[in-house]
Amino acid sequence: MFDKAYISCCAAVGGALEKRGPLGSLFDITAEDSYFGMDSWEQAESEMSRLSVNMLHKKASLAEKDVDVMLGGDLLNQCTATGFAANSLPVPFLGLYNACATAAEALLLGASLVSGGHAEKAVAAVSSHFCSSERQFRFPLEYGSQRPPYSQNTVTGAGAFLLEQSGAVRVTRALIGKVTEKGITDANNMGAAMAPAAAQTLISFFELTGERPTNYDAVVTGDLGREGSALLAKLLESGGIGVKGALDDCGLIVYGPECRGVNAGGSGCGCSACVLATYFWQKLCKKEIRRMLFVGTGALLSPRTVMQKQVIPCIAHLVELESI
Amino acid sequence: MASKREKTSPCLKNCLFAFLSGGAVCLLGQAMKDLFALLGAEEKTAYSLVAVTLVFAAGLCTGLGFYDKAARVCGAGLFVPITGFSNAVTSPAIEARCEGAVTGVGSEIFKIAGPVIVYGNIASVIYGVIYYIYLCFAG
Repeated sequence: MFDKAYISCCAAVGGALEKRGPLGSLFDITAEDSYFGMDSWEQAESEMSRLSVNMLHKKASLAEKDVDVMLGGDLLNQCTATGFAANSLPVPFLGLYNACATAAEALLLGASLVSGGHAEKAVAAVSSHFCSSERQFRFPLEYGSQRPPYSQNTVTGAGAFLLEQSGAVRVTRALIGKVTEKGITDANNMGAAMAPAAAQTLISFFELTGERPTNYDAVVTGDLGREGSALLAKLLESGGIGVKGALDDCGLIVYGPECRGVNAGGSGCGCSACVLATYFWQKLCKKEIRRMLFVGTGALLSPRTVMQKQVIPCIAHLVELESI
Repeated sequence: MASKREKTSPCLKNCLFAFLSGGAVCLLGQAMKDLFALLGAEEKTAYSLVAVTLVFAAGLCTGLGFYDKAARVCGAGLFVPITGFSNAVTSPAIEARCEGAVTGVGSEIFKIAGPVIVYGNIASVIYGVIYYIYLCFAG
């Protein structure tokens, strides 16, 4: 529960595929060039992260020195994309990693710092890049590999949020998720691996608060995709929570519900960050959505653990947002 | 529960595309062999030239960026012939160029093809030993 934590501004940067998606016009910056004018995919992601934070500063008329802390992360080893972006800004920086749940994690921690009076202005910045993620987690980009129909496509995008003690959207409550797994070892089916974590977090939130899904205009998960979303609905119903039509997923919004050419939808920490900073931000500002639950879902795997055939531990953090 | 839900790949369609594209690659190879033979190459040399040309063509297509797109449709049709091996070597090399010639390209080039080379060599050694023993007894 936060006394005074608000999101006052946000910015989103997207890649070419995201630009052509249904949210294309809502991004602040989009680039046709996946390299963002840089020499490598890793530098490109860093540049994207830097662009999103710079855009945020510009939109909120902030100078770098006004920011007390920047919290953020990405999917790359040692969180280099965000770390390098923070180096070029520069601002006091806390690096975070919770895989694709990093956006929710950053919002949750930023809100705590602001609400507790430890920071006046906190920036939460998260990014992911299709090319750098493919390289790190799967195969080289030009390799003719096959992807099963239930696999997801990492979103090329960065989202940045400004947290203050006043603003348009209030961060009212949050719930830190527990790491959980249900025996899934297939790294191509991350939606299915993450669904139990999302279900667990949502069920505990509803039990703790006495709220129901119908009290919200939207209950949104991060990147479960088509497979994970269907599983989550089943898991919640078997947990006694009726969610008919109330659930939505950023992975299904970012490329449109039919997911043309991206199999089961979008994934990556940029996925939930971008969709929140564009689609849901707009709806919250217009008050089309008054109350929503944002559940970031993350699969805490590495290519090594997958090769060792270990199960995929997953996490889901919940943030409750209200438009003011 | 999750595996019950998993949508399976369209098997028949994939097989058809693989059959047609793989067949097309082989047809191309055969045409090239005949061409090289026509130009005066010996049969054995003509076969080697076909392999070299196909490997080069697949490497070039990988570099130009359309091999992976074609392979997504054709599947095993492009993977099983020697073109798949070429793609498996060139694609990591392209990405690793950012890390330099030695630590990048040099160390990553066989990231995917490495196991094929290792176990291919081991298999050929075993085959050689068996063949040698066979010759000892049969000869």
